[in-house]
Amino acid sequence: MTGLLRTERLEAGYGTMQVLWGVDLNVSGNETVVLLGSNGAGKTTFMKCLMGLLPSRAGTVTFRGEEITGLTTRARVERGLSFMSELGIFPDLSVAENIDLGALFRPRADAKRRAAELFELFPVLKEKRRQAAGGLSGGQRKMLGIAKALAAEPKLLVMDEPSAGLSPLFVATVIRSLAECRAGGLSLLIAEQNVKFLELGDRVFTMEGGRVHFGGTPAEIQADDGLRRAYFGLGQDDHVRA
Amino acid sequence: MRKGFVRETALVLLPLVVVLAVMPWLYNNQLLLLNIVVFLVLAQGLNLTYGFSGYLPFGYVGFFGAGAYGFALTLMHTAAPPLLAVLVGGVAALLAGLVLAPLLRLQGAYFGLASLAAAEALRHVIANQDLSEITGGPYGVRLDVPFRPVLTYGLAIGILVLVMGLVAWLRQSRFGLRLRAARDNPVSAATAGIDVVHGRLVVWLASATAAGLIGAVYAWSAPTFFPEAVFDLSFSIFAIVFTLFGGAGTLVGPVIGVVVLYGAYNVIGVSAPKYFQLVYGLLIMALVLFFPAGLASLAVRRRRDG
Repeated sequence: MTGLLRTERLEAGYGTMQVLWGVDLNVSGNETVVLLGSNGAGKTTFMKCLMGLLPSRAGTVTFRGEEITGLTTRARVERGLSFMSELGIFPDLSVAENIDLGALFRPRADAKRRAAELFELFPVLKEKRRQAAGGLSGGQRKMLGIAKALAAEPKLLVMDEPSAGLSPLFVATVIRSLAECRAGGLSLLIAEQNVKFLELGDRVFTMEGGRVHFGGTPAEIQADDGLRRAYFGLGQDDHVRA
Repeated sequence: MRKGFVRETALVLLPLVVVLAVMPWLYNNQLLLLNIVVFLVLAQGLNLTYGFSGYLPFGYVGFFGAGAYGFALTLMHTAAPPLLAVLVGGVAALLAGLVLAPLLRLQGAYFGLASLAAAEALRHVIANQDLSEITGGPYGVRLDVPFRPVLTYGLAIGILVLVMGLVAWLRQSRFGLRLRAARDNPVSAATAGIDVVHGRLVVWLASATAAGLIGAVYAWSAPTFFPEAVFDLSFSIFAIVFTLFGGAGTLVGPVIGVVVLYGAYNVIGVSAPKYFQLVYGLLIMALVLFFPAGLASLAVRRRRDG
């Protein structure tokens, strides 16, 4: 696997409040990395920093061998980074327009071809392509968020809490869709607090207090009693069924 | 050129221009016809900024007044021809838009009120007694400009074509899609790489320029006026009501708003002035209750459901 994304000693915050304290993290090509952390751990701030929505105070972000720390969000999107935020759709726009927005910086012909592919991947969205996105169910909105992010044909899809606001049934559907994307060769960086997403991960990082505390495989995190208690709420003799 | 742009232009803009062009042969109240075009431009100009960025400027009349005074002061202090002075009116409003661009940092009612205060401030500056030598102050202006009703009416229609052409393009273009996305969900738009501030600024300035140009044409058609006449808040209120009534963000909506409401204003206001306010108020209440997205939303709903 080749290096795709690397952050080194990344620091960021809001006003006088420092949130990230030197985050080191990396994602390789064709790899899925899950960033596990509770509310307030700094996951969303880290994602914003990756996408250039929040300036970093120190440290570097390198993507496909190029340092992108000072680049605009658009420049990062054009280089193959795509972000799916928790509330990442446009409710007043139609489903088709939402997908178009994902491919905004690609030639029109590419965007059209990609939209047709995505409608094949998500047939429910094809049926509702002319409807306002705000009228979709929670699960369908999440599907649309994923489709919109995929429309850019990214090299790395960065996702902030894809399970937020979803019932367990829809979480399973989202995980299935992401597994298909992953099988297609897409790299994923998923910030989550739902441990179900560990089944997608090749590697897991844990974040607390704006610092990365653990980096390893899902099996390693489950083998560590302290981490298992912290993230799964389970004791030494319990087992996780993802 | 995209099919949607051609379709909307052919179905809305072209018939409207044809009707407006033949109206002087069918109806001889030139002032009323010009006023209809003025309000069409103001409603579409407001549509640019409200429909595509979500900013509702209560002080929109400030740009109209800036255009009227830009035209008047050019003729008063230079030997420029009136046509050039109309362009200066547009530039004056554009500059006012640039000066007021920091207001776009505000949101919702704060923005609306701040723009209203800015328009009032501009009116007070122009009406300042100490500036009488330059602006005419509270005594207004009396321009020695040839009365050319056909030219001013044609010019107003030309400005309307430009503004509606821009609205039609925004509705179909990727730039317009970016604007609508930023209006809908600015945070998500930023995460998608859209430059939210740039888009808002562009439509804000285009909207200001449209009001300035039509303000200049208005001043040409009524070359004696006081500051109160061209900074009258009614211009803002009418433009807002017409746009919301028909449907912001659409091409046909503001046209429907002007035709129905300005038509009713002139018909009921003349035939039954006692009941005018009542009927007008009821119409607007019915709209807000049953069609909050404007009358044009009916067609959109039917298309999406069908």
